[in-house]
Amino acid sequence: MSGFPVLTTILLAPVAAALLMVFIPRDEGKLIKCVAAVGTFVSLALSLYVYFAYDQALGGLQFVEKIPWIEDLGVSYFMAVDGISLPMLLLTNLIGFAAIFASWNVNNRPREFFILFCVLVTGVMGTFIAHDLFIFLLFYEVVVIPIYIMVIIWGSTKRVTKEYAAMKLTIYLLIGSAFLLVGVIALFMKSVGILGAPDMSFTALAEAGRQLGRFDQIWLFGLMLFGFGSLISMWPFHSWSPDGYAGAPTAVSMIHAGVLKKIGGYGLIKIALVTLPIGAQFWAPYMAVLGVAGVAYAAFGALAVKDLKYVVGYSSVSHMGYVMLAIACLNVIGINGAVANMFGHGVMAALFFSTIGFIYEKTHTRWIPDLGGLARQTPRLAVAFMLAGMASLGLPGLVTFMPEFTIFIGSFQVYGGLAVAGIAGIILTALYVLRAGANTLFGPPRPEYDHLVDIRGPELVPLVVLGTVLLAGGLLPSLLFDMINSGAVPLMAQIQDVLQIGGKF
Amino acid sequence: MVEFAMQHAWLVPLLPALSFVIIVLLTRPWQKLSALVSIACMVSSCVIATLAAYGIFTNHEFTEKPLVYAARWFSLGLPGAPDLVVNVGVQLDPTSAMMIFMVSLVASLIQIYSVGYMEGDPGFSVFFSYLSLFASSMLLLVISSNLLQMFVAWELVGLCSYLLIGFYTHKISAREAAKKAFVTCRVADFGLLLGLLSLQIVFGTLDMVELSEKIHHFQEYTTAGVLTLIAVLVFIGPIGKSGQFPLHVWLPDAMEGPTPVSALIHAATMVVAGVYLVGRTMFLFSQVPAAMELVAVTGAFTALFAASIALTQREIKRILAYSTVSQLGYMMLALGVGSLTASMFHLWTHAFFKALMFLGAGSVLHALHHKADVWEMGGLIKKMPVTGWTFVIGGLAIAGIPPFAGFWSKDEILSMAFNSGHYVLFAMGAITAFMTAFYMWRLIFLAFFGDEKPENHPHESPVFMTAPLVVLAFLATVGGLVGTPWTPWDINWANWIWFHEAHHAEPNYMVMLGSVILAGAGIFLAYQLYYVDKARAKAHALADKYRALHTLSYNKFYIDEIYLWFNHSIVDGAAKLFFLFDIYIVDGIIINGIAAVTRLFGEGARISQTGRLQNYALVFFLGVLAVAVILAFTNPSSAGLMLGGVK
Repeated sequence: MSGFPVLTTILLAPVAAALLMVFIPRDEGKLIKCVAAVGTFVSLALSLYVYFAYDQALGGLQFVEKIPWIEDLGVSYFMAVDGISLPMLLLTNLIGFAAIFASWNVNNRPREFFILFCVLVTGVMGTFIAHDLFIFLLFYEVVVIPIYIMVIIWGSTKRVTKEYAAMKLTIYLLIGSAFLLVGVIALFMKSVGILGAPDMSFTALAEAGRQLGRFDQIWLFGLMLFGFGSLISMWPFHSWSPDGYAGAPTAVSMIHAGVLKKIGGYGLIKIALVTLPIGAQFWAPYMAVLGVAGVAYAAFGALAVKDLKYVVGYSSVSHMGYVMLAIACLNVIGINGAVANMFGHGVMAALFFSTIGFIYEKTHTRWIPDLGGLARQTPRLAVAFMLAGMASLGLPGLVTFMPEFTIFIGSFQVYGGLAVAGIAGIILTALYVLRAGANTLFGPPRPEYDHLVDIRGPELVPLVVLGTVLLAGGLLPSLLFDMINSGAVPLMAQIQDVLQIGGKF
Repeated sequence: MVEFAMQHAWLVPLLPALSFVIIVLLTRPWQKLSALVSIACMVSSCVIATLAAYGIFTNHEFTEKPLVYAARWFSLGLPGAPDLVVNVGVQLDPTSAMMIFMVSLVASLIQIYSVGYMEGDPGFSVFFSYLSLFASSMLLLVISSNLLQMFVAWELVGLCSYLLIGFYTHKISAREAAKKAFVTCRVADFGLLLGLLSLQIVFGTLDMVELSEKIHHFQEYTTAGVLTLIAVLVFIGPIGKSGQFPLHVWLPDAMEGPTPVSALIHAATMVVAGVYLVGRTMFLFSQVPAAMELVAVTGAFTALFAASIALTQREIKRILAYSTVSQLGYMMLALGVGSLTASMFHLWTHAFFKALMFLGAGSVLHALHHKADVWEMGGLIKKMPVTGWTFVIGGLAIAGIPPFAGFWSKDEILSMAFNSGHYVLFAMGAITAFMTAFYMWRLIFLAFFGDEKPENHPHESPVFMTAPLVVLAFLATVGGLVGTPWTPWDINWANWIWFHEAHHAEPNYMVMLGSVILAGAGIFLAYQLYYVDKARAKAHALADKYRALHTLSYNKFYIDEIYLWFNHSIVDGAAKLFFLFDIYIVDGIIINGIAAVTRLFGEGARISQTGRLQNYALVFFLGVLAVAVILAFTNPSSAGLMLGGVK
């Protein structure tokens, strides 16, 4: 299948669905949803194919498609996947597909909703398979716009208005990307001098970047750290995240917490770290401190809030702290742990948000003190909630445990006491997850919820799809780790020498 | 057959897992079928476990060199030189063989019992699926060849414990107890996790066989100080799981679960996982005497402490729960004084007599419609002879009356403590033995003897429930005979289950006689206070005389209240503080502040945008003028040019 542009097909399937939807009458809600589901399913099936067809022994970039585009700037339509981008691509499509069904009951302007959603998914996928920095940024900006519109139209107003949440989300991410852009442009200018010709591909930029001096690397990495860091909700640049998720409609929360914020971690590893290893080395201790601070801070936050969506919002900030800590290890175990944790957390967060979305749809509240006893009335929802909750607290046997364990090993080795402070977060996580679960699901059933209908039919898809991944990844960690490892080992090999020399300064 | 069972011991944990999957996905709507599937898988698993154990116990080479089948689970780094390898596998040696046999046997009996006990419960099928999942996880735990794998199972049994304690989901007390159990164990697991991480980092493996070889000459890897720290961290896990002081608080509350659960998980199997883990890692603990002392002291103190609480409790299951904590303390004490043999022996006998007593309590609760206060019972033995007399056997076993099972194992522990020179700990153990006999017979006299209460209408439980009681009573009677000082050496417990070297215990008649006298004294005191004295006036007088002590004991020394206070004021306070900080400082001042400044700037700039052409023209004109003036001063010739070209 070497000639067939499979990555482009994956990328364009949702776009095709969106175009098709334009021609469907606005009141054909069912049909629109089915088209969206088919579009994302094609992407999902093909990315599963790519995931299992990828030759791990060979490693490196595969399924390459490269077409020169703006030659003066060295920009080309360069699509390729490796062991780090593939899990992210798969994750995007898993969540994208599940999110369609989590939004099955959207009846307010369904056509616009699903068109925007398909564009959103395409944008996120693009960032993970682009191997050209220009294209990467292009897709990143594509992502921001639909989210803004979707939050304002289909969002919900609780502690903050949905308009405020949308503004905050969008402006925050745009400011982050502005800093990022400055760094990227500076890097590109310098690379032209080093390489002799403009080239925007990750590979070329990384080669050039590694030859930069220590000072240049440090400030460039600093800019990227701020840009990508605010995207991954690195403490203290996290405050868009709980408000944004709470305001957003379910599907957007799923995509946003599930994959979009992972672009931050992905960018830090695949762009910043590989290109500017000495800069990374300089910033690593700060990243570790911010990571651990985020773990603890957001876990306490999750303990205090009473809105279910805020609990998961803070929780995802807390989990991303582990990713920061893992990247800061600058070793193979850490990188493996970081990517695997992003994958695991993505599946978990998506399931969590879809479950909360259903709870909200049915009870019209997310306020924990108003809930209780749902395990009796809606047992399937309770199963989904518990599954997501257990994954959140890193229960062995689910996909989130091994990543955390590897992160703990990597970071304990490098940072000792600081890592212990981070690991202590598992206690707080258990506390807030169990508290939220107990007060929502258990206790005496409330008569006002007696009439609730449990999730059924299409509503079960998120639980089945994401639940299966949670279990499969937990019981067979090598499914995930072998893939990531095949990307992480060569990646670290590229910068290992630099790091070792750098360490001697 | 035996060969097959030994090679396929992985089936032992897998079969119950299979029944869990079958029940959840297929048979949940049909209660009887679900129970049948569950019991069939459990019994098959028990048969395989028995055969495998038989194979291990007929071939002495496995005591020195365990039978290990392992495979790679995943690895990170270069395939040739990985940074991290995690294996999974089964490790069979006499200790784990004994455990799979015991666990699968008790689990089978309790599943059969549950058919009667849970009859008519809407969650019948779910209950059996949880029991299956638990059995699977527990068997995985005991059979693990790798500490990380064991940790995985360790957490899974914790999950099952959580689900089963909270099985009556509509009850707030059950919900809170489940949460408490999970969080308390989580705190302990934090320590255990750090210990495992350290072992992995220092020794590069978590495979038990490899680890024990490396730790044997640990000086090549690390110092004794670090190893002590690691051992202490590892020990924190068992403190939580096995309910040792100060993390014992969750275990008595765990009695909120259905009684078969209390018998299976919170008496016979899961709570001994901590003891088992320390036993499994004796190669670590034995290298660091300080950690061993910690284990011994923790165990002895817990034994005494919990027994002193059990003296005054009123609820039947709570008495049994504190008794379990106390007995677990004995097992830890045995490990701490260096005797894996005695510890595992007590674990073995305890499993039978404590499961028996819990199931007996369940039978009582079943008959009395969940009236739990022993003071409101009385004379039950007449209406419930099977339950009553099997309970009495349990009482004799736990009190340590020969020849019942508990006598031999407790005696072994006490004489080990004595022989190793831990006289204080020995004394604590002896006092505990006295207390144990007293509180257990207080329960028996109050509940089963004396006058019947007219408001109770007890009846004997169905055969599904009494049959397991009889089997367990038999085991509680003869289960200790495998480990007496007079048992032939070939089949003697001490010849099979030991650490470092087998040790044939000479009968220590002084200790033996002493412990029988103490047990007899305890029973006699209970007899005087609660049987002879029908009005129990003396007992009340005694309680009044030592009111302060009685209150302390009855309120469990207020440990729960201290934790509750800590959780509610410190943890929640911190959470509130962080949250308010996030909303008002980070968001309110910094983020919205920046936004406000931007908006202010924008509003300032907006003033100039009047929309009137005249204003714009004026500004334009002034601008041109200003430029001209500046140029006129710096470069007169060009200024003239601008102002109309006039020179």
